[in-house]
Amino acid sequence: MVAIEDYVARIEETCGKEKDFIVIFKYDKKEQTVAKILKKAKIEKSISAIIFELTFKNVSFRLYGTGKAIFRNLKDKSELQNVLADLLL
Amino acid sequence: MLDPYKIREDFPILKRKINNNPLIYFDNAATSQKPKQVIDTIKNFYENHNANVHRAVHTLSQEASELYEKAHEEVANFINANGMEEIVFVRGTTEAINLVAYAWGLPNLKKGDEVLVSLMEHHSNIVPWEILSKLTGFNVKYIEVNADGTLNYKAFENMISNKTKIVCISQVSNFSGVINDVKRVARVAHEHGALTIVDGAQSVPHLPINVKDLDVDFLAFSGHKMLGPTGIGALYGKREIFEEMSPFQGGGEMIREVSFNQVTERCSITWNDLPWKFEAGTPNICGGVGLMEAVKYLRKLGMENVKAHECMLTEYAMRRMQECQKVKIYGPTDASVKCGIIPFNVEGSSSHDVALFLDNYGIMIRSGLHCAQPLHEIFKLESSARASFYIYNTREEVDRFIEVLKEIEQV
Repeated sequence: MVAIEDYVARIEETCGKEKDFIVIFKYDKKEQTVAKILKKAKIEKSISAIIFELTFKNVSFRLYGTGKAIFRNLKDKSELQNVLADLLL
Repeated sequence: MLDPYKIREDFPILKRKINNNPLIYFDNAATSQKPKQVIDTIKNFYENHNANVHRAVHTLSQEASELYEKAHEEVANFINANGMEEIVFVRGTTEAINLVAYAWGLPNLKKGDEVLVSLMEHHSNIVPWEILSKLTGFNVKYIEVNADGTLNYKAFENMISNKTKIVCISQVSNFSGVINDVKRVARVAHEHGALTIVDGAQSVPHLPINVKDLDVDFLAFSGHKMLGPTGIGALYGKREIFEEMSPFQGGGEMIREVSFNQVTERCSITWNDLPWKFEAGTPNICGGVGLMEAVKYLRKLGMENVKAHECMLTEYAMRRMQECQKVKIYGPTDASVKCGIIPFNVEGSSSHDVALFLDNYGIMIRSGLHCAQPLHEIFKLESSARASFYIYNTREEVDRFIEVLKEIEQV
């Protein structure tokens, strides 16, 4: 059974009022993970094909080719996990 | 002036590439990189001298004890303390401040007393005092900070009174890099019969420090921010104050004698000599030896040269950052009143976005609140990006940093 933990190495919740979530994908699967996300999410903007502004189910986020993503304006970690599950599984 | 290009040869990590770009490490306020001299010393200790210190007669223990004691002496010399009796090894600045809060504060602070803390403090110089105040009932009062991030000395001088027992202040702000005149703060504190504890986490690695001249009572700092290993730091304290204090933690090493009294059916305990009275349990021996090597490295460079190099880089970086239309720098713009720390934001991007973008190009900076939330609230910031320099950083690295900042502005 595939789980989001197979793709996600770590989730950092930023301190302060902004409460962004920074998702660090597993290094050895980052190309595969980035490709998966780009297939499902809508690309709003691409910068040199290494940084992508994306939207997925009304959630906007930024994805880096280095295998990291920053999600904003989410209620909590469980919402993030739901979004990641829809994107990755 | 020091030669950062020659220095870089001593730092193996700086040869790394991150995301196919040469590593540019601008997160020195969080932790510094380590030269091969420190790395080799740690390796050599474990390969050749490892043993527990003190109270063993065998050769290895004698060697380890000698090295560990020498490390205290080397750190004492580095800040011009009177000797190793005034240097307690701890895990880092946070533990050093907690040691003072509990070992000095608990028996000395009571209801009606006041502890003054500046609003620019790292959380590690706020939280221990707030916790302790709940236990003993003293009041914590906060010293204002001016709009440019400098300390409001007038406000401090107006609020200090004979109720004040200790003033808690950083020598350099970990957010803005502002250098506080702790000598002045200590003089005013002493005029009112109060002590001073200085958070030197951001000053000891970057400035020449003379505790006798500053006349502060306690100075706390971390080894890992000054080329040493993590998990080791030091607390300087005036000998006469340390002598009056009870230990922070109990255990082995910090006692001279634990004797069971048949009549009272209790143990009577006498403390060990300074500084061991404050170092309960097996200490971080190798960490101390690594810190000694780091201190030797810095002394060889000369702390005046370290300061001048960082001042030059800070001035250059702030000047070049002003070329960027959307970049806003916080705190004083005069590099001579600060250490090599530049807090900033890029309009339209969160600090974490900026940090992730720079990371993409191999440039490591910090983003967030930097454990200085009250100061962010004063600046009305939700978070900030922070670039911080050290001895191995170069103008070319700053140029690359500016190039990428300009790219971020286009996003």
